[in-house]
Amino acid sequence: MHPITTVHYLALSVALLAIGTIGVLTRRNIVIILMSIELILNAVNINLVAFSRHFNSVDGQVFAIFVITVAVAEAAVGLGILIALFRNKETVQADEIEILKW
Amino acid sequence: MLDTVFFYFFALLTVGGGVLTITRRNAIHSAVSLIVSLIGVAGLFLLQQAEFLFAVQIVLYVGGIMVLFLFVIMLVNLDESARVRQFNKQWWLALACVAAVTGELLFFVSKGTGGFRLAETTAAAAGKVGNTERIADVLFSQYLLPFELASVLLLAAVIGSVFVARKKV
Repeated sequence: MHPITTVHYLALSVALLAIGTIGVLTRRNIVIILMSIELILNAVNINLVAFSRHFNSVDGQVFAIFVITVAVAEAAVGLGILIALFRNKETVQADEIEILKW
Repeated sequence: MLDTVFFYFFALLTVGGGVLTITRRNAIHSAVSLIVSLIGVAGLFLLQQAEFLFAVQIVLYVGGIMVLFLFVIMLVNLDESARVRQFNKQWWLALACVAAVTGELLFFVSKGTGGFRLAETTAAAAGKVGNTERIADVLFSQYLLPFELASVLLLAAVIGSVFVARKKV
């Protein structure tokens, strides 16, 4: 078997990014759209940690910590908005919320 | 050898969990699949000797964010949304765009493959100080300002989400 190189991690990261993007763009349920955003951010983290190991420096891991911080803030605000939205509109389908649509 | 086996195992967990997350009808099933995917990512961090991030991933993502998601899923009534159409009308356009971008990324990654041999971690760098200590050294010297700003961001996010989700009186 081939030894695992940074390329393997990059390919995995691309795959996870694609899965997350497909989820964001095609699903209607807002909860699952938020979950897909978490998948995208995790793909970024895999990339950062792979390059951190590649260059033998911890800067990439520090960046990954910041990415996780932003992901937490994003999840908290997003879910708060979702609860407010459900209270007002009684729906969680993204394409049924169209007040701003002309 | 063992590294290779574990890499493919965790990669399978990550990608399989991700695919299940975006295809399940029931949001709870999606959440559980996402947990599997996040644990796979945590395993990949451990394989790359990022032990601190492994712990952060388990505690924060699997323990924190996922509990938040499950709470919201219980709070919001999703029974009705499980019965209706799951994908929007532009899904074919979305798939085409994602396929284009993915092909592009894979092309450029494969073009640069020659420069990507995995760096051998020197025994001096890996042996003497632990991963957590190295991260702390960099985080609290070079990245001190972003670190403090992150706390402001978290405070703003917490206050904002409580304010947005509060009940009107």
